[in-house]
Amino acid sequence: MTHEQKNILSVRDMGREEIDKLLCSAAAFDRGNYTGHELDGKLLAVLFFEPSTRTRMSFSSAMMRLGGKILNLGSVEATSITKGETLSDTIRVISGYCDAIVLRHPKEGAARLAGEVASVPVINGGDGAGQHPSQTLLDLFTIRESMPIENIDVGLQGDLRYGRTVHSLAFALSKYNNIRLHTIAPDGLNFPKFIKEDLQDVGVELIVHDHIEDALPELDVLYVTRLQRERFPDPVAFANYASTYRITPELLELAKPSMIVLHPLPRVDEIDPAVDDLPCAKYFEQAHNGVPIRMAMLNEVIN
Amino acid sequence: MVRTSSDGIVISPIKNGTVIDHITPGEGLTVLRILGIRDGTHVTVIVASNVTSSRGGRKDMVKIENREILKDEVDKIALVAPDATISIIRNFKVSDKKPVEVPQRIVGVIKCPNPNCITNTKEPVQSKFVVHPRGFRCQYCDSLISSEMDIGDYI
Repeated sequence: MTHEQKNILSVRDMGREEIDKLLCSAAAFDRGNYTGHELDGKLLAVLFFEPSTRTRMSFSSAMMRLGGKILNLGSVEATSITKGETLSDTIRVISGYCDAIVLRHPKEGAARLAGEVASVPVINGGDGAGQHPSQTLLDLFTIRESMPIENIDVGLQGDLRYGRTVHSLAFALSKYNNIRLHTIAPDGLNFPKFIKEDLQDVGVELIVHDHIEDALPELDVLYVTRLQRERFPDPVAFANYASTYRITPELLELAKPSMIVLHPLPRVDEIDPAVDDLPCAKYFEQAHNGVPIRMAMLNEVIN
Repeated sequence: MVRTSSDGIVISPIKNGTVIDHITPGEGLTVLRILGIRDGTHVTVIVASNVTSSRGGRKDMVKIENREILKDEVDKIALVAPDATISIIRNFKVSDKKPVEVPQRIVGVIKCPNPNCITNTKEPVQSKFVVHPRGFRCQYCDSLISSEMDIGDYI
């Protein structure tokens, strides 16, 4: 296997076979099918240049469950980055300290740059509004636990313009058969034109809805993302949208009984806590699935 | 010596230099910008814009005295004028003539339109674009410079 093949930078680079292999591997880890010594003696550098709780902790948990150890960058303020060091130099140096790197960075394409200069495998832990492959894999894994990933209708609701999780998920779903994507987003926050065109190029059926009520009866999966307050110059407009796009038990009465609700978390107001106890609420399981998926990814790139 | 083009515009020949013909109409000034020829230049330049093309339709044409353009300049011109031809003139004769070719991979030429792309930071990295059916795709952030956009703005 070449150095290039060991990086996991974008679901756009991954074939259906590679994705399925990781999902199967994650399922085995989730069933407890591991010794805890798979990555004995290995070190993972966790370089997060912007805040994260779930991604950082679940990668750490995954590494330690496989017997490996963590080198944590810590806060950016306490590092040489504040002295003006480039990301390229940081990655080159830290490559010599570890067996793999997980990078979270605010700039799009940062992970690909890191993959070019690193001498160890790089996993993209999210770059800007770009790619977040480990989140996408755990999203797929969660869907697959409830239904086969084919011939399904998936609703994507919220900030689809800047939300990297929905971009990645849409491209990953495009690799499966007969998927219809329904988008539900405020004006100006739907998919960027080039993403729509890219999805249409690979044969995805995209259906745009103005109201969640129109989409709900058709959906097998509803994937909700957070509306970011800072995207709305007018606080009143934000409040209106936030109430319009809020998922409640009453609203979910329109959905199929088998439909599942996912959310990459953290949520703010977009899902009523009263939904948490309904059988359709899978978002906490989804968050927990981050560990077996990341175990599969680390085992794949390091071993 | 003078030569008369088919629509009656007289364009002087050059003794030595480069003739860039069949430039996409309106892109002649972009070609000059790519070549670094700006206000205050001492280079002798002839620009014809929106003249009748022998292939039909309209074209721009640029003639530059005493300068033979370089391969990387040709690659840049290909991005804004994919049908252009480049003729090297020596002693009033065409010593070499060839069409431009749009390279499949364009390194360090186009600026990514995404301000948040890693290539638009202080990182020591050159932009990399690949040709895409709808334009040019950034290999770092996946942004697309579509055919509808003016690629000259990003060179």
